[in-house]
Amino acid sequence: MASPIIKIDAISKSFGALKVLDDLSMQVMPGEKLALIGPSGSGKTTILRILMTLERIDGGHIEIDGEQLYHMQKNGGELVPADERHLARMRRKIGMVFQLFNLFPHKSVLDNVTLAPMLTQKMPREAAEKRAMELLDMVGMADKAKNMPSQLSGGQKQRVAIARALALSPRIMLFDEVTSALDPELVEEVLNVMRRLAEETDMTMLLVTHEMGFAHDFADRVLFFDRGRIVEEGAPDDIFRNPKQERTQSFLRKIIAAGHRV
Amino acid sequence: MIDWSGYIGLILQGALVTIQLTIMGCALALAMAFIAGLGRLSHLAPVRWLATAYIEFFRGTSIFVQLFWAYFVLPIMGFDLSSLQAGVLALGLNVGAYGAEVVRGAVQSIGREQFEACVALNLSRFQTMRHVILPQALIVMLPTFCNNAIELLKATAIVSLISLSDMTFQAQVVRAQTGNTLVPFTTILILYFMMAMTISTAMRWLERRLARGLDGVRS
Repeated sequence: MASPIIKIDAISKSFGALKVLDDLSMQVMPGEKLALIGPSGSGKTTILRILMTLERIDGGHIEIDGEQLYHMQKNGGELVPADERHLARMRRKIGMVFQLFNLFPHKSVLDNVTLAPMLTQKMPREAAEKRAMELLDMVGMADKAKNMPSQLSGGQKQRVAIARALALSPRIMLFDEVTSALDPELVEEVLNVMRRLAEETDMTMLLVTHEMGFAHDFADRVLFFDRGRIVEEGAPDDIFRNPKQERTQSFLRKIIAAGHRV
Repeated sequence: MIDWSGYIGLILQGALVTIQLTIMGCALALAMAFIAGLGRLSHLAPVRWLATAYIEFFRGTSIFVQLFWAYFVLPIMGFDLSSLQAGVLALGLNVGAYGAEVVRGAVQSIGREQFEACVALNLSRFQTMRHVILPQALIVMLPTFCNNAIELLKATAIVSLISLSDMTFQAQVVRAQTGNTLVPFTTILILYFMMAMTISTAMRWLERRLARGLDGVRS
């Protein structure tokens, strides 16, 4: 029995007086594809941001691949808050794709993808560019390698952003509403790339999404969040076809009424 | 009838001093602007305080007083500066304080999502600044830097007060010797204007070059 690659233990997080995550615990197995769904403000995006160290936790512990994320073990075994060096080492295991792509506008598509491997892994330029072209080819953007981000459509930008995150070969990939900012006709091209990723790699993937149809096809397990807690979790078929909790049912009804397919 | 060629030559010698002061002053101002501007954004509180103290002090006191202080008071304390050194020091530190706020403002104008992308790609804070933030912020800084450089050029005239023979000083010499104000001061008026035009043309060129392909970054 493999041990979990992500182990979240009783974490809490508040923004001012607003409690976003409340004593939350969950585990993710290596290679698992997880979909996090729920109303906005339910804390699902915050979990991804915490795993990427973009937000700090107020309490609790997180273990990534057997190591504490926000804590370091001192010689006596005592846990102390992690320093920047520890965080930098832990971040190597994790990549993230953002809702608004966050490409670097002053760098070409190719340079966007090669920048981090060259700086953080000291990869020589030729090797970084070779790898970048493979990744861009995989997301169908090889012919735009010399273009600037401003010349791309939203869907194209997001595919470049995925290639950029993959260039660091993370073991865990976080997708934060990666199609929410896209025009409807551009959503599919991004989802296709993610489907291929899920099929062809053994990366662990956490996906926050409002695309319920995609979550159903993509995920091994679906977690429904509300008010900072996991209300219900299970296999996609169980959650989408046969939700047990009243809150899950009413959320899915609203989503379907809003025209999303399941 | 006055033979002007010798006097114009004198003014042109002064113009060289003015250009020298402007270039050296701008170099110091630019360095100070980045040191203090980034210092104000530091995670370390003492660095922030130091940067803030520098900025507030040099913006809050007159450049004229700063120059006299550098030239007449520092020697009393054992730092002997030539008039050129005192001039560059006062101009550079004064304009650098304004530039520091430009650097800080430009860095803060870059969206938070750019910083977050850098965290997700595991870049260090230095790498983030050097490769992602500053290249974008530079374009935001340039128009105001252009203003500052022209301000510095015009402020060089005050060094004539510590008898450094810049363009304005030489014009006064010519005026004293010939009794004519029109010719020397019209000459330096035109020369100052030409220098300022050179600065703004160069800056516009630089801005265009840096902004190439960068729609959506220039605000």
